[in-house]
Amino acid sequence: MAELDTSSSGGGKKHQGTKSKKLSTRVDMTPMVDLGFLLITFFMLTTTMSKPKTMDLIMPKDTEKEEEQNKVKESTALTILLGKNNRVFYYEGLAQDPNASSDPEFFQATTFANKGGIRDVIIKKRDEVAQLRNAKGEPEDVVVIIKADDGATYKNFVDILDEMAINRIQRYATVDISDQDKQWIQQTVSANPGAGGAQ
Amino acid sequence: MPKVKMARKSTLIDMTAMCDVAFLLLTFFMLATKFKPDEPVTVVTPSSINTKLLPDSDVILLTVDKDGKVFFSMDGQPKRKKLIEDLNTQFKLGLDQQQMNNFIVGASVGTDLKDLKTYLSMKPEERKASGLEKGIPTDSANNELSTWINYARTAQGGNPKLQYCIKADNETPYPKIDEIMQTFKDLKIQKLNLVTNLEAIPPGTAAALAQDGPGSNEAH
Repeated sequence: MAELDTSSSGGGKKHQGTKSKKLSTRVDMTPMVDLGFLLITFFMLTTTMSKPKTMDLIMPKDTEKEEEQNKVKESTALTILLGKNNRVFYYEGLAQDPNASSDPEFFQATTFANKGGIRDVIIKKRDEVAQLRNAKGEPEDVVVIIKADDGATYKNFVDILDEMAINRIQRYATVDISDQDKQWIQQTVSANPGAGGAQ
Repeated sequence: MPKVKMARKSTLIDMTAMCDVAFLLLTFFMLATKFKPDEPVTVVTPSSINTKLLPDSDVILLTVDKDGKVFFSMDGQPKRKKLIEDLNTQFKLGLDQQQMNNFIVGASVGTDLKDLKTYLSMKPEERKASGLEKGIPTDSANNELSTWINYARTAQGGNPKLQYCIKADNETPYPKIDEIMQTFKDLKIQKLNLVTNLEAIPPGTAAALAQDGPGSNEAH
């Protein structure tokens, strides 16, 4: 390897006219380090380290044939309605009986709160339904019917799907809201404007 | 008393090592970085407990902003090229090479097909100001979103890994999401992915118990 001769003023050449100065080979690296860290900071700030996550959503096929459709039992169903301003409403069963709403306890309002909200309702219903036995003597599964009103937001929808994942509800379906449901929501909201308040 | 002699030390430090480290880190970040993709609108996604990652490629992504405007994007320049060429010939959009190129290298688009020519000849900054960025129509009378998805699917050429993602804002009204899902349903696409942020599983719930189930069983 070639070497730099830095000993230019070596012995025995004292009387030569051109005498080069002894220069240090050290370079001040401070600005270079500064620049390096500046660029590191830039790249660190512009990088996306946490990647977004996704939630699977599998939708059912539209079946026209009556016999291919799954029937949901009144006793195992829980219907959840999503309304305006993050309100949630629910009732047990499918409300096929028009007189169901005569019971004041039937149609309830709640919230997305972690405690005392819709989660507790789902858990309660799930555990109740697990006590029931079907024709084969196996425990029943709760079926959650989700109906979103026009005033609901995407966040509400994702939140309620997330509740299904949190409570491990295997069977749930999103269904178009009926006029009857809308009417009940309106009645509940007008009767109690604070019900299921916004969060 | 004898004088203690302090050795006169230089205040200069050898920075070579520090410099090495700095540039090593710099190289790492430069290579590991993928820049934040250019988003047409800012979207704040809701959070869920799902931990599945959004894949980088083989994705058709629909971004929906809080007013319900739908934007379409897809990865892979050759596929985008095929998509725009197909759309151009099928709908006689009359795009020139430059406009098509803008689509191929650009990010997402959100306008109806008849305005696509004007839209693509603009720079991304100008698009927002022009008022043409009104989203892809999804209503049943003029469902252009269905067209976009269909042609994108063709451009992907039966890719089995293809995923359809919806990235919508917290405030997006539900009827819009319903329309989009209905569009997918009509195209016989049943599996969708909703883009969310990660949030912690609430303690004491079934999902939390299932998660640390194996661990707690061993403890007993």
